[in-house]
Amino acid sequence: MNLVEMVEKDNIKSDIPDFQIGDTIKVHVVIREGEKERIQIFRGDVIARKGSSVEETFTVRKISFGIGVERIFPLHSKMIRTIEVIRHGKVRRAKLYYLRNLRGKAARLKEKKKKN
Amino acid sequence: MVEGMIGKKIGMTQTFDENGNVIPVTVIKAGPCRIVQIKTREKDGYDAVQLGLEDEKERKLTKPAAGHLKKAEMPSSALLREFRRSENDELVEGAQILVDIFAPGDKVDIVGTSKGKGFAGVIKRWGFKGGKKTHGSMFHRAPGSIGQSAYPSHVFKGRKMPGQMGDKRATAKKLQVIQADKEKNLLVVKGSVPGGKNGFVLVKKVNFKVDAEKPASAQEE
Repeated sequence: MNLVEMVEKDNIKSDIPDFQIGDTIKVHVVIREGEKERIQIFRGDVIARKGSSVEETFTVRKISFGIGVERIFPLHSKMIRTIEVIRHGKVRRAKLYYLRNLRGKAARLKEKKKKN
Repeated sequence: MVEGMIGKKIGMTQTFDENGNVIPVTVIKAGPCRIVQIKTREKDGYDAVQLGLEDEKERKLTKPAAGHLKKAEMPSSALLREFRRSENDELVEGAQILVDIFAPGDKVDIVGTSKGKGFAGVIKRWGFKGGKKTHGSMFHRAPGSIGQSAYPSHVFKGRKMPGQMGDKRATAKKLQVIQADKEKNLLVVKGSVPGGKNGFVLVKKVNFKVDAEKPASAQEE
């Protein structure tokens, strides 16, 4: 193990659920307001995962009051309490940037059927 | 108290602060260093220590270099560099200097050799604007006028011109120490450091006081 990995090791989370591009997830984000701390939930589709190791990030897109909102989270951030996977989407791309040009019914993702 | 030590740049990564913000960091393998020679005011005219970087690799040394290192009981050293030291200090030749001279939160200057860019033009080297690429422009990346004929009728010294860029001593100032691990000889600083991976760097304390009476040394302990 080299020294860079040694530094990264302390920050890498091991309890990250297995989620893929196209999945609908709920991200529980810690919001700090002065002294107080509360949890905010950001629910949307995962449209990208980038980077590796401690530098990995993922992008979640949702439609909020008719306006598309995207948030990029560092995967190993301490401000993310939990990640809940709600449904697995069926997609054929690694990056779903095409969803930005679609709205309404066209911007839905099909659910992945479970293989038995 | 020694001003600093020698290290080797390992690479960059990122970490998080207590508020969850991402901090870019550089990982340095700092030391272990050994005091090879102590320079004194009486003998050498100034106070300093010469440190050698201990290295895994056995290096081929010239006989004078090997003899010089013998006093410090060092088989070989990758690099010898001088650092300032505080005056009334009980340092001995052969003593080890480890990364615990730095603590998280300290500010350090890091000296390295910047990455060489070769013979570079004025746009890359000095950030000149350059001319238009199209629309009949006949002036693209050239430096332009470097002086006038009647007055001053010469080129001023220090004129920014094309030439060798990089591969030069460079200092990154006031970098914050994030982590210092004595067992692993590990030093993590915030921000970037001159040079490529595996390049030698000198890590120095900012505002190092040579005078032992001043409280700077007390703060370090």
